[in-house]
Amino acid sequence: MAALTLRVNGRARNVDVDPATPLLFVLSDDLELRGPKFGCGLGQCGSCTVLSNGQAIRSCITPVSTVTSADIVTLEGLGTPEKPHPIQQAFIDEQAAQCGFCLSGVMLTAKAFLDRNPRATDEQIQQALSNVLCRCFGNVRMLKAIRSYAAKGVRA
Amino acid sequence: MTRALTPDARQALARAGLSRATSRGFSRRSFLKGSGAVIVTFASAGVMDRMSGVLAQGINGASSPQLDSWIAIAADGTVTAYTGKCEFGQGLYTAQMQLVAEELCVPFDRVRLVQCDTSMTPDQGTTSGQQSHPANFNRTNLALAAATARETLVRLASSQLGTPAQDLVAKDGAVSVKATPSRSVSYGALIGGRKFDLQLDPKAARRHPREWTVLGTSVPRVDMRAMATGQFEFVHNVRVPGMLHGRVVRPPSPGATLMNADESSVRTMPGFVKLVVKNNFVGVVAEKPWQAMQIAEKLRVTWTPGPRLSPQRDAYQQIRKEPSTDTLLVDSGDVDKALSSAATVLRATYHHPYQMHGSIGSSCAVADVQGDKATIWSATQSVFPTRNTTAAILGVKPESVRVIYTRGAGCYGINGADTVSYDAAVLSQAVAKPVRVQLSRKDEMAWENYGNLFAIDQRVGLDASGAIVSWDYEAWSAAKGGRPGYNTPGNVVTGTLLGLNPAPFNPRTPAPAPTQPLNNNLNTAPSYIAGRVGTSQNGAGVVRSERVLSHRVRSPFFTGPLRAPERLQNTFAHECFMDEVAAHVKADPVAYRLRHLNHARLSGAIRAAAKAANWQARPSPKPASAAGTVNGRGIACVCYEGDNGYVAMIADVDVNQGTGQVHVTRLVVAQDCGPISNPDGMRNQIEGGAIQGMSRALGEMVTWDEEKVTSIDWRTYRSLPLGFAIPRIESVLINQPDEEACGTGECSITVVAAAIGNAIFDATGVRIREVPFTPERVKAALGSRT
Repeated sequence: MAALTLRVNGRARNVDVDPATPLLFVLSDDLELRGPKFGCGLGQCGSCTVLSNGQAIRSCITPVSTVTSADIVTLEGLGTPEKPHPIQQAFIDEQAAQCGFCLSGVMLTAKAFLDRNPRATDEQIQQALSNVLCRCFGNVRMLKAIRSYAAKGVRA
Repeated sequence: MTRALTPDARQALARAGLSRATSRGFSRRSFLKGSGAVIVTFASAGVMDRMSGVLAQGINGASSPQLDSWIAIAADGTVTAYTGKCEFGQGLYTAQMQLVAEELCVPFDRVRLVQCDTSMTPDQGTTSGQQSHPANFNRTNLALAAATARETLVRLASSQLGTPAQDLVAKDGAVSVKATPSRSVSYGALIGGRKFDLQLDPKAARRHPREWTVLGTSVPRVDMRAMATGQFEFVHNVRVPGMLHGRVVRPPSPGATLMNADESSVRTMPGFVKLVVKNNFVGVVAEKPWQAMQIAEKLRVTWTPGPRLSPQRDAYQQIRKEPSTDTLLVDSGDVDKALSSAATVLRATYHHPYQMHGSIGSSCAVADVQGDKATIWSATQSVFPTRNTTAAILGVKPESVRVIYTRGAGCYGINGADTVSYDAAVLSQAVAKPVRVQLSRKDEMAWENYGNLFAIDQRVGLDASGAIVSWDYEAWSAAKGGRPGYNTPGNVVTGTLLGLNPAPFNPRTPAPAPTQPLNNNLNTAPSYIAGRVGTSQNGAGVVRSERVLSHRVRSPFFTGPLRAPERLQNTFAHECFMDEVAAHVKADPVAYRLRHLNHARLSGAIRAAAKAANWQARPSPKPASAAGTVNGRGIACVCYEGDNGYVAMIADVDVNQGTGQVHVTRLVVAQDCGPISNPDGMRNQIEGGAIQGMSRALGEMVTWDEEKVTSIDWRTYRSLPLGFAIPRIESVLINQPDEEACGTGECSITVVAAAIGNAIFDATGVRIREVPFTPERVKAALGSRT
């Protein structure tokens, strides 16, 4: 066990964990955050996605000790139900979910990509999501929501 | 903090002004008093004992006839409704709130809904098979309760205001005099906090869809905001004070039995709490989840090998050789004769593999078993059955177990939610502390209850005009286990490992002659037969020489309902074969279907789809080059479960004849599910079902070697990712305000494989009779084209 300090959703958080523990378990169990979720534990589906210094990473295969100096943002760190982030608002507007379990992977992967590539084409957006799964197959609405977020981002 | 509650209970508490109550010290008495609900005795587990003897809405088993079991009105006019049909992503929670608001004439935001908690809600069995819309939105259950409550309130107002009921109107949570609306009395004043003490009135008048103002509109999902902002509480997020973490260790292969589990191999590992062994069940409990995972990994376990599995490449031949339970649904007795005298006989065999639910989140449950009492937070679709089966496993009374439905990842049928609930209960009982268990990806995928493997032989006889005069269906499918129901926990893996058997398999050959009117619940019968048994005729078609014979064999793997269970496999075979026959007689596939149907609503869906897709009448295949990328179109349709939703789909595809890659460019779906409760919710279901159907048609297949299942993660089980180039989907919603409500969620997926298969044929002239249509399979089929 080791005492580590993480920066999560803008706050410094102290935890005492095995440094090899994947970040996901520290976030969801020690810090009781609900955004990132265990889907596969293999980095294959995206449900555990968080932003690390603005980049989408798969927290289920990221040892916590490797991100102690990073700025970690989870889905609940983007916005709140009262004041959602624009990409969250876009998903709400499009009703772009069914069970909602995959949303960290979908929204944070798309956001990280679009923040770096604000003028991305539909094909590039789809390419960026090529390793993200939604088993309810909300593809139609999710891509619409992401495009709508992208369009607003370009205008801003 | 109220975080150990379901979101719905939390929301209900907040609205009842009880948001400061704690989950463990939360007073159900005050909650129920606030909601106006009935209070009966319910014994519950753990800390809940502190207020045992209070507790909970009274439910008397299957679908209560008591109005107070469904509806309670508080003094402030808040309406609390109780339902046994749960939300798992299909939008049912919001739609049921709409139903209650509509029927009771109260504003939507004054309704709260408590779903699937064995201590509070009616026993409505299982939420499945797109049965919730018919069960709760017609003239029974929740809809009837709300209608009964409204009529009762009008009656109460009539005596209070001294005005005849027919001169009163219910609106916005009050009853007022039509002529002088200022004379009114609120629901809260009429009944607030008191029991109705009435039975559901079968004569209570439902509000007609033409009067609807809340139902029939696209009310947004009430859970969407919490989901999109990462606040929503899934069962995976349930945290109970003092909770430990469990992990199960499954056998290496089906049928393997435990020889030894060596505790000394893990005893000194950090966080180790206990090794639990019962029969072939092995699990470990640790302080933290990561520790539990590592301990499970390191635990030294020896197993005897299971029986050798028959090779996958032989599966479709092998099932024809096994002992089987045979069923004749329809047999006109003249099929052999009709076929021998037919001008033409056509035949084909279709194959459909095992597929899996493959929930994106591996299944999870939290159990708190203390002495003879237990509380289970579970994503099961069946809280009451799970209560009874968990009680049997734990050796306690069903009344001592409370199952609280808490949503998991989308399940699409019986994923690992039931089995992991048993895992958590067994481990919690062993340590007498709350235990959370989440399965590994491999344990989810290698042991879930797969959708059945099918081999289907089709034969038709045609007359000289090309019309079908005789249809002969014979199918072999493999099954084991299924939903545990109220008394068969051995139907899922944990139950079997604990030593409880799956439902028995009783071979029966030959099948007895059919005596019951055709119930086409599994779409075993094609839509084009008359379905005559005795004097009944329940088919959707005109073919009167007909035989529908099924052979069910024992599967080496657990199987169970997977979205459109069996209906999808059967419909693939029926609708592709119908297309083959139409092509043989050079008929337009739409016109040829209509010619053989005797069913206005199915024909209506076909015509609506054809119109929206601008279908040009011509036979398939269309003339095309044998090289490069070619396009085609295909249609498929079904009366889902015989009478629970009517759908037609037209697919446009591009087929790259060099690679075998199939690209679906457009799907037009026309669907009739009676009066539409929430149009956007229906669209969402159509779209999701269509693309999920594409994933199943194009890539999904359970694989195994001679020992074990080998499709155990997302590299070995192919699911379409979000990056996949999706088709344009056009949904045509056929509203039927004068019909009964029927199902929505499983219609579109049922017809996708057939529509795509027919479109591939239209484009290339090649018929692929086996799912999935992988590029390798399509390319090979194109290569053998003569």
